Amino acid sequence: MELAARVRKGERRALARLLTLIENDDRDGLEALSALYPHTGQAHLVGVTGASGTGKSTLVNRLAYTLRRGPGSPTVAIVAVDPSSPFSGGAILGDRIRMHDLAGDPGVFIRSMASRGALGGLAAATGGLVAALDGAGFAIVMIETVGAGQSEVDIARTAHTTLVVEAPGLGDEVQAIKAGILEIADILVVNKADLPGADHAVRMLRSTLDTARPTGEAGPAWKPPVLPTVATKGEGVEELAQAIFRHRAFLGETGRLEQFRRDRARAEMEMLLRESLFAYWRNTHADGEFEAALERVLARQVAPRMAVEMLLAGRGA
Amino acid sequence: MAQRKIRVLVAKPGLDGHDRGAKVIARALRDAGMEVIYTGLRQTPEMVAEAALHEDVDVVGLSVLSGAHMALVPRVIELLRGQGQERVRVFVGGIIPDEDAPSLKSLGVAEIFGPGTSTLAVVDAVRKAVAAARAES
Repeated sequence: MELAARVRKGERRALARLLTLIENDDRDGLEALSALYPHTGQAHLVGVTGASGTGKSTLVNRLAYTLRRGPGSPTVAIVAVDPSSPFSGGAILGDRIRMHDLAGDPGVFIRSMASRGALGGLAAATGGLVAALDGAGFAIVMIETVGAGQSEVDIARTAHTTLVVEAPGLGDEVQAIKAGILEIADILVVNKADLPGADHAVRMLRSTLDTARPTGEAGPAWKPPVLPTVATKGEGVEELAQAIFRHRAFLGETGRLEQFRRDRARAEMEMLLRESLFAYWRNTHADGEFEAALERVLARQVAPRMAVEMLLAGRGA
Repeated sequence: MAQRKIRVLVAKPGLDGHDRGAKVIARALRDAGMEVIYTGLRQTPEMVAEAALHEDVDVVGLSVLSGAHMALVPRVIELLRGQGQERVRVFVGGIIPDEDAPSLKSLGVAEIFGPGTSTLAVVDAVRKAVAAARAES
C-alpha cells in the first residue's frame, strides 16, 4: 500500500517514515504529502515559544496530558525543535526527557526535530511535518520552538494559537518589549508561577501588553490573556487549555482563521516560487555566469542589485 | 536533496541513575554530525521502543549499568521487531560481563561497548552499521 494511505490508516511506522522523508526533502515524501494534502486543515496548530529554561517542554507535556484527559480526548501530535550545532551539524534533541507522562498513549505522537541551520526557531521542514501530522488526523498539533528568546517570530506564521512562555526573573519589562515577542503572543504563560516574582511578572506583562500590541486591525480584537502555570504540578494548565479553545473559537467566529490560512498559503507559495525560480535560473544558465557577476561585485565594479539586473537581462558575463 | 542525517536514540532503560556515560556518548555522536535523541533516565523497554518508532531512528544505543541487561535488552529488541523496525541497529554500553556478550549478539545487538571504549570507536561503529543497514534497504 502506498505511504499516504498507510499514514491515513493510522500506521505510526509509516507516519514516522514520512516525516523523515519530508525532513530530508525526498521526492517520495513530497508525493505522499501531496496525497495527504486534501485531508489537512483540520488540526488546530498550537505554537509554544519562549526563552530556554522557561519550561516549554514540561508545559507541552502537561498540556498534552491535560487535553488527552479533557472533553473529547483529542489526539495530540508534538513537533519539538532543538538547535543543530553550527559546527558539526549534529544535534542533541532532549525534549522527550520532559514528556514521559505521555508515553504509552496511542493518541499521542512526539517527534523531535533539529533546526538544521534554520534561524527563527523552526526548521525549514517544520511546516511540512506539521502538515503531515495534520493530514494523519491529529486533532491538535503542538509545535515547540528552539528556545532562543528573541527571534521566534516564524512560529506565529505557522501556528493558529501562539503561546509565549515566560518565567519569573528571566528578564525585565524592557526585555519583553524589545523581544517583540509579545506581539506574536495569543496567550502569555508565566510558568514556574510558584517562584518568587511570579505575581510581579504577571502584572508587568498585563500592563505591558496594553501598549505592546499593534493597533489598527479591523474588527474585534483578541486580548491575550496572561496565565500563571506550574507545569510540573499541572497548576493552571486546565485554564490554559480552555484559553486555547477560546482563541480557536475567536479565530473561527471572526473569520481570522480563513484569513490566516490564506496569508499562510500565500507566503509559503511565494517562498517556494522564489526558491524554484532561482533553481530554474541556475539550471538554465552556464555555471560561470553567476560566479563572473559575483567577481565583478567583489571587485567593486558593480553593485549587487545592478549585477542581478544585468544577469536577468542576459548581460551578466 | 538534503543530506540524510544519521538519527540515534540514546536511552537508559532500567532503574540505575547514572547517565554520565550516556551523555558522553550522546555528545560524541552529536559532534560527529548525528542527530541524537536523548530521553533521560528510567525508561521502560516500551518507552524506548515507542521513542524509536516516533523518531524513526537508524540506531538505538542502550546504556545499562544496573546488571539487568539480560532482561532489558532482549525486550527492547523484541519490541522493535514487533513494530517493524528490523533494520534499526542496537548498540549496548555500560557494565556488561564478557560471558553475556555472545548471547546479546546472537539476539541482534550490533556491538557492546564497555568502560574505557573511546568515543571515536563508538562513532565509527555507528557510522559503519548505518551505512550497512542503508545499503540493504
